[in-house]
Amino acid sequence: MNVTPYIFWFLSVLALFSALMMVTSRNPVYSVLWLIGTFFAISGHYILLNAQFLAVVNIIVYAGAIMVLFLFVIMLMNLNRETEPQKNRWLKFIGALAGGCLLLVLVAALKDAELKSQQAMVGGGSIGLIKVLGKELFTRYVVPFEISSLLFLSAMIGAAVIGKKENSQTLNS
Amino acid sequence: MPINYYLFLSLALFSIGMVGVLTRRNAIIIFMCIELMLNAVNLLLVAFSKMHHLKNLATSATAGTDGQLFVFFIMVVAAAEVSVGLAIIVMMYRNIHSVDIQFLNRLKH
Repeated sequence: MNVTPYIFWFLSVLALFSALMMVTSRNPVYSVLWLIGTFFAISGHYILLNAQFLAVVNIIVYAGAIMVLFLFVIMLMNLNRETEPQKNRWLKFIGALAGGCLLLVLVAALKDAELKSQQAMVGGGSIGLIKVLGKELFTRYVVPFEISSLLFLSAMIGAAVIGKKENSQTLNS
Repeated sequence: MPINYYLFLSLALFSIGMVGVLTRRNAIIIFMCIELMLNAVNLLLVAFSKMHHLKNLATSATAGTDGQLFVFFIMVVAAAEVSVGLAIIVMMYRNIHSVDIQFLNRLKH
């Protein structure tokens, strides 16, 4: 018995349901938790596609680091259900309608694409393994890799400069 | 799995993220929806890389590696983007004591 389609459908439903709950829940902390659920479902898809390195990086970087950062900021500001600003009902309806139209147009444009007979390789293949990706990353993609370290340095400095209190400056001058 | 399924799953996730951006007023939630849209694109890139791999398996053993490395770089950029973006939101909260984007419609004052 081939179990792969069942796993695929389970992970897809999980991802879509978590994403919907993330958008609709009033409490921002619940939104973060549902988004973590979505990221775990997407990581499950990566494992299903045998992209093991990306699955692990997705869990560590997204579900681990970035979501903890979001949670930390939300708890720092003490946001909850009562302080959550709400758009009025018509704006919400129109927003959902616009998103639905986007989905409709994209699906209508892509459903007849020349991809019908193509298959995504599930389970096999070694390109998702860290050995192959690492070799490629440190030979052909070594320049972008080093540049991304510069990006991180500038992001770190930028976050520190933006987050700094401005009181000390006014005291000195 | 047929590539169509991955395509439509990614489109649905992207549209849900879009709906979130359009219907919420909390700046942090909008930021999270953008992360969701990025992840939808990542999923599609990985699926296409595996499709490319299967198609060109005979000629090259590492066909499709580029797509997965691209996803890796997207994650790197997203991590940097989140750190700066959250710093900006914290600064905005310190100045106007709210994360409601409705208060940001008068930039000139």
